[in-house]
Amino acid sequence: MPLIKDGRIVEDGWTTVADGEAVPADRPAIISFERWQAERDGFAGRNAALGVRVKSGTLAPAIAADLDRFALIAVEFPKFRDGRGFSTARELRERYGYRGEIRAVGHVIPDQYRFLVRTGFTSVEAPECTNEASWAHALTEITVAFQPSLDETQPVSLLRRRYGA
Amino acid sequence: MNHIAPGAQAGVYRYDEIDRQFVAERVEQFRAQVARRLSGELTEEEFKPLRLMNGLYLQLHAYMLRIAVPYGVMTSKQLRKLAEIGRKYDKGYGHFTTRQNLQFNWIKLEETPEILNELAEVDMHALQTSGNCVRNVTTDQFVGAARDEIVDGRVYAEILRQWTTLHPEFTYLPRKFKIAIMGAESDRAALRTHDVGVLAKRNEAGEPGFTFYVGGGLGRSPFVGKLIREWVAEEDFVAYLEAVLRVYNQYGRRDNIYKARIKILVHELGQEKFTAEVEEEFARLRGPKYRLDPELVAEIRKRFGAPAFETLPTVSDSFEKAKAQNAAFARWVGVNVAEHKAPGYAIATISLKPAGGIPGDATSEQMELVADLAERYSFGEIRVSHAQNLVLAHVRQDDLFTVWQALEANGLGTPNAGLIGDIIACPGLDYCALANARSIPLAQDISARFADPVRQQAIGELGIKISGCINACGHHHVGHIGILGVDKKGEEFYQITVGGDPTLTTAIGDILGPAITADETVDAIEAIVEVYLATRSDGERFLDTLKRIGHGPFKERVYAAH
Repeated sequence: MPLIKDGRIVEDGWTTVADGEAVPADRPAIISFERWQAERDGFAGRNAALGVRVKSGTLAPAIAADLDRFALIAVEFPKFRDGRGFSTARELRERYGYRGEIRAVGHVIPDQYRFLVRTGFTSVEAPECTNEASWAHALTEITVAFQPSLDETQPVSLLRRRYGA
Repeated sequence: MNHIAPGAQAGVYRYDEIDRQFVAERVEQFRAQVARRLSGELTEEEFKPLRLMNGLYLQLHAYMLRIAVPYGVMTSKQLRKLAEIGRKYDKGYGHFTTRQNLQFNWIKLEETPEILNELAEVDMHALQTSGNCVRNVTTDQFVGAARDEIVDGRVYAEILRQWTTLHPEFTYLPRKFKIAIMGAESDRAALRTHDVGVLAKRNEAGEPGFTFYVGGGLGRSPFVGKLIREWVAEEDFVAYLEAVLRVYNQYGRRDNIYKARIKILVHELGQEKFTAEVEEEFARLRGPKYRLDPELVAEIRKRFGAPAFETLPTVSDSFEKAKAQNAAFARWVGVNVAEHKAPGYAIATISLKPAGGIPGDATSEQMELVADLAERYSFGEIRVSHAQNLVLAHVRQDDLFTVWQALEANGLGTPNAGLIGDIIACPGLDYCALANARSIPLAQDISARFADPVRQQAIGELGIKISGCINACGHHHVGHIGILGVDKKGEEFYQITVGGDPTLTTAIGDILGPAITADETVDAIEAIVEVYLATRSDGERFLDTLKRIGHGPFKERVYAAH
């Protein structure tokens, strides 16, 4: 599936591995959080990057202890209306200081892209045949922000302002 | 009559270039979303929340557009624009809602981007008036004018408006989220029926701070908001709300739409556990990033301006004379006029509840008349009350008689604010796809039955609230007398509750007995009023008498014929 970064389709260097399938040892792989919990010792000597995929009900505190083991966290949106992932990403960044990639997977739409970026997501897995232009456009159509967020460090004392101002 | 109000709008937040740019961008964004829906790029499922967050509902017969009147305050110019839109795109009228907004019930989808464009010309929009996001914040319709006011809630309501607008984390919540804020001694905003009710007050040093009630709500499981923090300092206002919303966004139920409101989370977790979660989050969030800078508060306060009140004597001779000479005027003043904080001024409620009328409806002509009056006599400012009336908040007592004459001549002088004819009703089955029964015709019948203003005044404070289904948009749970429409084998029936109270002593009304027909309901209200009048002692309001004698006598009389 196309991977969106900075409003463009880019090549995805990660492989998502289904539970039960072999995890390639030599390249970046994403496994489920459940698998991680069950088989964590088996990944002890792994050199290639490891990513973990969490369900929308798995909140940041549940994975906090292992964050240094993951170069990527994929947060699932079972449907785009389920907005828990926005809080998960934000907590990963703000509360736990996570600096790796946070990827939105599942059902998200371009109209949410700005929110995803502002809450700390770095990439989005879009459906096949997605309109790339809509993702690019989503980053430019609103240029005003009303609250502090992850995409900037300004305090709330500047509630209403232009991006980057 | 030679009094000319200052040009500046008294109490309305003034947009600047950034605010305008944002609204313009939102209009274009929605235009593009409509186009992407039409091209099939967005599915109907995906488009729905997007249009809802732009205030566009699909009702029973047509689209409805709900326009935001932030905390119920607007300018004459804005009201004129609403009148114009009503004439151009609807049927020449609009409907003011219990959330201090305005709805147009006969809108065409393809015309909505154009309407939003026209609204943007007067710094208005329909943002977040629907959808599972933080909705338009409501407040006291007398804010900034009431004599019993301690903190002017508009400034904080505006801070909330800004902070909640396209909030990146809280725009896809489990369910809608309604905040009300009040800063006076009497609760005129029904704080504890909201997801979050904020009571603004001052400490001994005179500094503003906030009491938080969380988890109130009506609907199929009514709950009274629980006190979760007695004092949140001004600088922590945003941080604390951010904490409440984050706990809700993470833990609120998403498996069942009927259990998704924060009231259910508070109920299921328990007040103590919920509060502990919020406090934990708050402790982390508190800090420079979310600190509400007093300078920002002062900046926003400045953007409201202050009405240039004249120094007037406390007593106006011409006003006293007019009351003495005209009983109808005196009655309207006694019922619809409230005390203003500035000497010589008064707050006038314009009832949108004429006998036999549709609660909250106003024609374009009426809106224009009110806009003119506001311009001449009330610093160009109009408020919408949650009781679905309009308010001129700063009228000189000297001008009240002239204002009343103009209102009276245009069907807007009904003296029933807070009385039995001042009925709150949801749109009901006449418009709404969710309704089980009609609300409007029943409200019309009841107000017609009690049309006599002398009788209404004799009955005194008595609020009737009607909902056409269990979603309780008409707030029937907290009506002194509440009426709930139910469907019984395809027929409309109505269940009566008594003893509801929307103020800080919030109470959910108790069911009086089995549901009855619409005609029987009007008679039942009559019977309840008769029992009250026959048994009340001096100075007792309906609620007081009910508390003293219990439901028994009312129930007995209502169901005597059954």
